Amino acid sequence: MGEHLIEFIDVSKQFDTTEALSHINLYVDRNEFVTLLGPSGCGKSTLLRIIAGFEEPSNGQVLFEGKDLVSIPPYQRRVNTVFQKYALFPHMDVYENIAFGLKIAKKDKKEIDYEVSRVLELVNLKGYAHRATDSLSGGQQQRVAIARAIVNKPHVLLLDEPLAALDLKLRKGMQVELKNMQRELGITFIYVTHDQEEALTMSDTVVVMREGTIQQIGRPIDIYNEPKNAYVADFIGESNIIDGVMKRDCLAEFCGVEFECVDSGFAPNEPVDVVIRPEDLYLVPAENGKIVGIVESVTFKGVHYEMLVKSEGYTWMIHDTQMFEEGSQVGLLVKPFDIHIMKKSAGEADAVV
Amino acid sequence: MYKKSLSYVHLIWMALFVLAPILMVLVYSLTTKDANGNSVLTFAHYAKFVNPAYIGILWKSVWIAALASAVCLLLGFPAAMILCNRDRRRAQLGKKGSVLLLFVMPMWMNMLLRTYSWLTILEKNGLLNNLLEALHLPPVQLLYTTGAVVLGMVYNFIPFMILPIYSVLVKIDRSVIEAAEDLGANSFCVYTRIIIPLSLPGVISGITMVFLPAITTFIISQLLGGGQYMLFGNLIEQQFLKADNWNFGSALSIVMMILIFLAMRIMNLFNKNGQQVAMF
Repeated sequence: MGEHLIEFIDVSKQFDTTEALSHINLYVDRNEFVTLLGPSGCGKSTLLRIIAGFEEPSNGQVLFEGKDLVSIPPYQRRVNTVFQKYALFPHMDVYENIAFGLKIAKKDKKEIDYEVSRVLELVNLKGYAHRATDSLSGGQQQRVAIARAIVNKPHVLLLDEPLAALDLKLRKGMQVELKNMQRELGITFIYVTHDQEEALTMSDTVVVMREGTIQQIGRPIDIYNEPKNAYVADFIGESNIIDGVMKRDCLAEFCGVEFECVDSGFAPNEPVDVVIRPEDLYLVPAENGKIVGIVESVTFKGVHYEMLVKSEGYTWMIHDTQMFEEGSQVGLLVKPFDIHIMKKSAGEADAVV
Repeated sequence: MYKKSLSYVHLIWMALFVLAPILMVLVYSLTTKDANGNSVLTFAHYAKFVNPAYIGILWKSVWIAALASAVCLLLGFPAAMILCNRDRRRAQLGKKGSVLLLFVMPMWMNMLLRTYSWLTILEKNGLLNNLLEALHLPPVQLLYTTGAVVLGMVYNFIPFMILPIYSVLVKIDRSVIEAAEDLGANSFCVYTRIIIPLSLPGVISGITMVFLPAITTFIISQLLGGGQYMLFGNLIEQQFLKADNWNFGSALSIVMMILIFLAMRIMNLFNKNGQQVAMF
């Protein structure tokens, strides 16, 4: 206790009759880049708003630097937020927007000038100090919103889908910039997004959420390679999810064929979800494959082709750099450690990584 | 072409019913009949206005209209704020509709009727004095005072203050207020630095919309101020309907129009300043 920067202990939140968060246990450490990932309505923004102080939990405790957070009003928290639609003050210019927090804190004019120009440089907006905010592009407004937050030297920066309104190229650029900024500033970032790629690119820790519960917490690489359940596997990247049966340890059966795998600890003949990434399936001539199917469609995706192969009982999605003709018969192969076995109807994930 | 022909209709309408009457008033104010019954140019009517008695009436009208506007603002701003917060909370719960209707509904009734009803409350044997009597207190002269006139103005015109302020307040993005709180502003700071500056356009149009009818009214001052109570509106009415001096009445009307025009310019200046603060 007290070791972690932020700690959620059995936090729930109800709105009227709907439960936005249900028994959340989570901690965030100093200097961590944590991403809350999930589809809209999964409770990720509610979690963020509880930290910011705009919502109160219905049950449970939130600790910030070891102290109870709920009793502290938003304006006294060492936390700043970058809002989804930036929420810049329309009646102030860039300088006044950024200086707002410092003015409230009654810093002297010299210090405010210095700090504002420092963060303007940091977000690459030197020379924009006296521009009207509505004359800026989306990306620039975004930077002003970030500058306005970090100028107050918060202990935690909360980012609520800050890149959602930007176009793809700008978004990619900002992802890198944000990550660099986080390293430079040494501030804890808590980032909310529904974009799995964004989460994998930027985070130290990813928290996958669904319907108010935490599904999995882990490093991006672990979340991707070792998804805890079919939901996480499906949400993080594309997946083939097939019903299967665990024959015994390290032997699974699906599509009527037995496959060697590396998972164990299941009851004999326990029904399971089998997850295989599209890039982990190999297309071979039909006579060499363990599963045989017909290529239904081929889509060019740039680096690879995306092919749908219909076999008995399942249509597989396969990513391969080599293209097979539509309508041709092909065989499928998969390596044992690329087969991920998951318990059926997986419940909540544990809180601790 | 279709649009252009529509705008002609509009232009003709404006010329007939706005421009022409104003010009007629202007002509009346600048002419007088000579011995032969011909109209001749004169500034005599304006010269007649430059008289401490008339200027005093004008000054009193401005003062009372300003007072009524100030009271409307002091009562109307918090009312608009409360309404807005209430509607926001209801909208969050998915409920629609607003109590704003309750503030607008009295406007569906005739203004004369609404003002008359105050007579029965304020008069010597009215509701309030009966109440005082019941409490064994001496009766108070309420009717035919400046207070009664201001009360009548506030009562009649306060919706014009609440409506524009309300419509500006509901447009303020909730996240802008949250951003201010997030940056360390307590609720006092949120009001002074965010909500009030952002609602300024509503406040300005509210003041304009109360001040203008307040400075021109003659019904309210006549009913609640009594027959002897003279505001600028009453003075003009008197010239047209009682003294039958259309020329002097027209001159007074022109003076008032110039005054209103100047007042609006000054108000617009404020508005522009408000925007300029944001722009530079």
